[in-house]
Amino acid sequence: MSNSKFTRRGVLKTGAVTGAGLALPTIFTASSASAFTNEPTGASVTLGFNVPQTGPYADEGADELRAYELAVEHLNGGGDGGMMNTFSSKALQGNGILGKKVEYVTGDTQTKSDAARASAKSMIEKDGAIMITGGSSSGVAVAVQGLCQEAGVIFMAGLTHSNDTTGKDKKANGFRHFFNAYMSGAALAPVLAKMYGNDRKAYHLTADYTWGWTQEESIVAATEALGWTTVNTVKTPLAQTDFSAYITPILQTDADVLVLNHYGGNMVNSLTNAVQFGLRDRIVNGKQFEIVVPLYSRLMARGAGENVKGIFGSTNWHWSLQDAGSQAFVKSFGTKYGFPPSQAAHTCYVQTLLYADAVERAGSFNPCAVAEALEGYDFDGLGNGPTHYRAADHQCFKDVLVVRGKENPTSEFDLLEVVEVTPRAQVEYAPDHPMFAGGSLGTCNPGA
Amino acid sequence: MLGLDKKDWTLLLIVAVLALAAPFILNPFPAGSELAQFNAGYPDLMQRFAIFGIFAIGFNILFGLTGYLSFGHAAFLGVGSYSAVWMFKLLSMNVVPAILLSMVVAALFSLLIGFVSLRRSGIYFSILTLAFAQMSFNLAYSVLTPITNGETGLQLTLDDPRILGASATADGSIPVTNLFGLEMRSTFELEIGAWLFQFNAGYYLCAVIMLLAFYAAMRIFRSPFGIMLRAVKSNQQRMTYTGLNPRPYTLAAFVISGMYAGLAGGLMASMDPLAGAERMQWTASGEVVLMTILGGAGTLLGPVLGAGFIKYFENIFSKINDNVLHGWFSFLPDGLEDLLVSIVHPFVGKGWHLTLGILFMLVVIFLPGGLIEGGQRIVRLFRKKKAPRGEDADHHPKETPHVAE
Repeated sequence: MSNSKFTRRGVLKTGAVTGAGLALPTIFTASSASAFTNEPTGASVTLGFNVPQTGPYADEGADELRAYELAVEHLNGGGDGGMMNTFSSKALQGNGILGKKVEYVTGDTQTKSDAARASAKSMIEKDGAIMITGGSSSGVAVAVQGLCQEAGVIFMAGLTHSNDTTGKDKKANGFRHFFNAYMSGAALAPVLAKMYGNDRKAYHLTADYTWGWTQEESIVAATEALGWTTVNTVKTPLAQTDFSAYITPILQTDADVLVLNHYGGNMVNSLTNAVQFGLRDRIVNGKQFEIVVPLYSRLMARGAGENVKGIFGSTNWHWSLQDAGSQAFVKSFGTKYGFPPSQAAHTCYVQTLLYADAVERAGSFNPCAVAEALEGYDFDGLGNGPTHYRAADHQCFKDVLVVRGKENPTSEFDLLEVVEVTPRAQVEYAPDHPMFAGGSLGTCNPGA
Repeated sequence: MLGLDKKDWTLLLIVAVLALAAPFILNPFPAGSELAQFNAGYPDLMQRFAIFGIFAIGFNILFGLTGYLSFGHAAFLGVGSYSAVWMFKLLSMNVVPAILLSMVVAALFSLLIGFVSLRRSGIYFSILTLAFAQMSFNLAYSVLTPITNGETGLQLTLDDPRILGASATADGSIPVTNLFGLEMRSTFELEIGAWLFQFNAGYYLCAVIMLLAFYAAMRIFRSPFGIMLRAVKSNQQRMTYTGLNPRPYTLAAFVISGMYAGLAGGLMASMDPLAGAERMQWTASGEVVLMTILGGAGTLLGPVLGAGFIKYFENIFSKINDNVLHGWFSFLPDGLEDLLVSIVHPFVGKGWHLTLGILFMLVVIFLPGGLIEGGQRIVRLFRKKKAPRGEDADHHPKETPHVAE
């Protein structure tokens, strides 16, 4: 059977090929000469905008992308400058970042950790992105933040509300402007207690991933501290589109409040199902049945239509705010796109400006210098009042809005009314709070 | 030599040259030029080419040889990824134990699923595998959250034990995956004129393993065992009548292809230490079926080509946004530019699935043997007189029922 023909030439050839194959990985281990990953050397600098363009959070992703494009326009001196004019720091000149024109690449996270990391990796490896930002899901944000830490670029988190992003999964290269689940709970619970009383029984439906878990934990803790009891907490898959199977069991319990720890398309569907099942017309224990959506956004309110009327929730920012920064942002966003921005758009726009400003103040694109400039930074004029970027966990601290679905909306955008602006002091917590414990920032990684 | 005849050696050498020179071949356009958009020679994508190549080669051993169409192969890939990440968490950041464990676990898992599913054939087999894969996905997604970390995905943390390595590096970050000290993410950059080529250690590991996998598949295709598998495909009843029991053969093929999938999953986790449940979703299983059919089921090279084709579309076309389109057509007058952008828009960016779907339909309708058949037709066109038709019968079985009877 064997027909091996060992010729001298054959053996030499095979040996050479095998040798080369084995040696290859070891030859190419030298790293390039730059001081940090993707050091911009030309006349431009590339930012990576990694947002969900498909999946349950696609609406938020599209709005985030609009905000990023607007921010790039403003940084490069186009448009009316938006919040750059109201920002307390005046380092940004409208001539790009450190004189380099800002360019950007986009990617689709598909609201999946894997796809988001692949997309971010290609931005870093192929397009030379110096900063990655975006994400409309905490699962994705945590995954991409970890990647940016390894690769040595800055991650400016977009819409991510999980405690873990700046809690147990916090990273030295990652920064979050958006508020978190703990803050939602701290702001929302007192309002709920005031409106609905201190003896309510809550039933939770929770999106089954890091954000849902931490939000449920936060809301349960905050409401139970005010005397509520929790009847049951049920996890629902993120990809779920029909929630009727999860709504019917609620009718069998004596719960009189339904808390929907859902976001985006999930929340639109679960709220619609809940209303269809007549939950809001129910009287339990002699009390009117209520529904609460702890994390609210205008895009979701629009998706759910009539059903959001009178429903309470919290939000990071709302376009109806009257301060100069918000007004300037709404004006330039509205001029460009014809409708007001969502909270996702706001946080992404602000994150881009904050990054650019930090680079200007640090005088370098080096992630470590940028991180140092952001840590412990106090600023104002970006729509949330005086804000502090805490050095201990890279979380922003600012006022939180408690909102309610408007009974008589005047337009298709005027769907939420701000009930209360919870002051920053009420939502602050220690960096080692049990809900945030277990992680460590590590040290800043400049890559290379 | 090595049990291969001359023609197979040529094929193996071609694949080896393509794989080792990939950083050059996939970066034909100078960095910074408009066409640099189409360059695929960056580490992450090259690693994906090799890894999904392995996955498709393994799938082809089952589907191409025995005709059993499994719709649940992503489950083995996912299981492989989870085992590898657990190895990184518990043992060390060296990729060797992680890859070995991922293959072993995938083998055991596929033995279990194969034992049950292979009691049926045809469409029932496909549905059974699909059901098992969907079950694994849902388990990983919710019930097994302590092991899989649910939707968030299993990730490394600073307080993992890593008994043979360090929990954290001296400067307080998570150590990176390595092969006896050679970091998987280390990349050597070579600038020649306007071109930038990236040679990544992780990619070369994947490429070498893919070559080994390709060689192993070649040996299986040419072995008596491979002939038996083909017999299962062409007529299982006749095989039974001659006194041969096909089940051990099909089960062996199933486990082997499951191990290939586990290997691919382990490699994926070695390149990027994260494992998410979506890797096990039925769409991921469907993707490998597409890869194999697109490239050419039953051929050696086809699945690798198909894998590269799909991954290229997923990563390159999905990143072309309106901004890029406007850049391309900016030389045209405004109205015409906007018109062209709006025509192209649905086919790029998030519409890449549409482009891929159209191409897939075209291939299936006009080249039923996949991309390999296209290549063969071109070759035949050029040497019509020299070679008789169908010289490569070995590579492409004539009858390809998509589902075994």
